[in-house]
Amino acid sequence: MSEKLVAERLVKVFGDDPDRAVRLLEDGKSKADILTATGMTVGVSGVDFSVREGEIFVVMGLSGSGKSTLIRMINRLIEPSSGNIIIDGDSITDADEDALRTFRRDKLAMVFQHFALFPHRSVRENVEFGLKTRGVEPGKRRVRALEMLDQVGLGAWAEAAPSALSGGMQQRVGLARALAVDPEILLMDEPFSALDPLIRADMQGELVALQDKLKKTIVFITHDLNEALILGDRIAIMEEGHFVQVGTAEQIVSEPASDYVAAFTQDIDRGRVFTAGSVMVPPEALDLATDTSQTALERMERLGRDALYVQQDGRIAGAVRYRDLAAAARGNGADLRAQIITDYPTTAPDTHLYRMFRLCASGLPVAVLDRDGRLAGVVEPESVFNQLAARADAGAATADTRLQA
Amino acid sequence: MWQPSDSITIPLGDWVQVFVRGWLVPNFRDFFRTIQWPVDQTLAGLDGVLNAMPMLAFAVILSAIAWGTAGRGLAVFTFIALTALDMIGVWSQTMTTLAMILTAVVFCALVGVPLGIAAARSDRFAAVLRPILDIMQTIPPFVYLVPIVMLFGVGMTPGIIATIIFALPPIVRLTNLGLRSVPENLVEAAYAFGATRSQVLWDVQIPLALRTIMAGLNQTLMLALSMAVIAALIGAGGLGLTVYTGLGRLDVGTATEGGIGIVLLAIILDRITQALGEEGRVRRSPSLLETLKGFIRPGGTRTGDDDLRRPAR
Ligand SMILES: Nc1ncnc2c1ncn2[C@@H]1O[C@H](COP(=O)(O)OP(=O)(O)OP(=O)(O)O)[C@@H](O)[C@H]1O
Ligand SMILES: [Mg+2]
Repeated sequence: MSEKLVAERLVKVFGDDPDRAVRLLEDGKSKADILTATGMTVGVSGVDFSVREGEIFVVMGLSGSGKSTLIRMINRLIEPSSGNIIIDGDSITDADEDALRTFRRDKLAMVFQHFALFPHRSVRENVEFGLKTRGVEPGKRRVRALEMLDQVGLGAWAEAAPSALSGGMQQRVGLARALAVDPEILLMDEPFSALDPLIRADMQGELVALQDKLKKTIVFITHDLNEALILGDRIAIMEEGHFVQVGTAEQIVSEPASDYVAAFTQDIDRGRVFTAGSVMVPPEALDLATDTSQTALERMERLGRDALYVQQDGRIAGAVRYRDLAAAARGNGADLRAQIITDYPTTAPDTHLYRMFRLCASGLPVAVLDRDGRLAGVVEPESVFNQLAARADAGAATADTRLQA
Repeated sequence: MWQPSDSITIPLGDWVQVFVRGWLVPNFRDFFRTIQWPVDQTLAGLDGVLNAMPMLAFAVILSAIAWGTAGRGLAVFTFIALTALDMIGVWSQTMTTLAMILTAVVFCALVGVPLGIAAARSDRFAAVLRPILDIMQTIPPFVYLVPIVMLFGVGMTPGIIATIIFALPPIVRLTNLGLRSVPENLVEAAYAFGATRSQVLWDVQIPLALRTIMAGLNQTLMLALSMAVIAALIGAGGLGLTVYTGLGRLDVGTATEGGIGIVLLAIILDRITQALGEEGRVRRSPSLLETLKGFIRPGGTRTGDDDLRRPAR
């Protein structure tokens, strides 16, 4: 995967003398210092990042942390005070008016928090808008718009006025309008924040499904960490105009870089962040060719496990449990093969923990199989619950540190 | 007791006199005569058509327009009103006034809408324009009648030019207001999709400002009608001249005939242009009774005033 979008030392200052504020920032002054000293507001205070092709890069932060300012600088709806934005190796910050328009037409499309649909145009005409600015002829525009509307499930509403649609439907139109131009980069500024929680969850699922098909490069803004964790391949946490941490969902939740980040992560649904891969342990599998009941029992005692998987020629033959083996040993039936349970739970390394509750109910460790069906590790049921329970501890810990502060 | 004028007097009148007579008129008369040309042509065309058209044909056409825009009630009213004007005997004056007013309004729109657009785009231009519009709206028309006569002579066209000056401000102001009250996020969205400035103007701003612009056109039209009598002072004909003649002879009857003509014309044109401004919204067709009630009930069917306050959707 190559770098699609790169931002270098991006700064935006709202005020009459941004250059002066930029110099103060370079001298290490904070947003608050600059506001009291000059009366100018720093929106974004030096942000670097790069987004890979096909990646969903989520920027998450509290209100006023500069998220909208940042995303609007990417298509220069807001002019950066300093810094550089590079798309496919070309600087958009240096582009003149014509070149900027070409960028906006060919590479970028935006979805807005409050939809920003044109009320005087039908749903279809809204979806056609980007094509119209490019000068696509009406017949082709129409076909493409209807296709997009079908894709977001609104084919029947093509000739309706946007105001006749519910919020969720309006944002689908917003999404269709953006996708209609087949952009390489999709900029989404809190697209689902104005929607009800249920609709929001729907839309998130739909975006994930669409993204599996379309593989766009997406910059997605949100103030909801759960949304960030569900959607983001990588997540940047923004505070006071700069990034405090950039990483995968698991990195952010398991190693928050600061109290600010930790404060966000305490309420999140860890079952949707962590995967089987993150809690699995080495399989320590038995081999049917060399192991016996006796060696199996010894190994379980040494490892402190209740059950182990048994392999034959590199494939799983099944699982054996300590208590079955021990009972059999007392009754003299010492054959390992006879105690193998062939009905065992399996999963893939990227399965989220919240999908594993049922698998854990069997009491056997869950076999984690790699793409070739080989045993990559096992997940002990209690490690799933420990990982989920870590929330309470982490939450309590941050609450304590904040109380002390 | 001493007062400043005992020591110093300002001969402002003389200065203006010298400026206009000694400099403006001799140097720019030809220039102003050239400006006058398109107005002349438009007026001649409209006047010719309107006066050549059979009375009934015109009444039917205007009623049909009223029906199409404002509904059945106004259509019936229009037909009755025009018939009454014919029977009163002021038909040809009515047509002349209509031609004059329409000419003035066409030029107000041609000049005013672009000025409004420019004002909406540039705060600096808006700041320069505002006091000029204020002056145009507050200066009594009688003050500029004299220089107009000097520059353009007397007759219909100078009358129309005075009317244009008087009626221009609302369309400029409301075009500016309408464009500025188009929600910023929609304009931003259009730019985000790579629209050019003129695409944003024609595809987003003007359609969304149209209601407000039409309210401006309506006000401009009403102001133009109210100039009919004053324009008659410098040689414009039509219903204004009828009123003015009645006034000069203390002939209350004639003055009333002209006055009623102006009022009826005003009502018809007002309702039609208002309805045009509401185009695109759900439009019902009020009956004649409702239409008549609307004339007397303050704030009845009239929505012109809140058009000014409410930003265009
Ligand atoms: N046009 C502007 N003029 C002056 N200051 C601005 C402007 N736009 C944003 N700001 C300031 O810049 C900072 C960042 O604003 P921004 O809108 O980017 O925040 P945000 O993270 O998107 O917040 P929200 O979640 O509320 O949308 C804020 O302090 C804000 O007051
Ligand atoms: Mg924002």
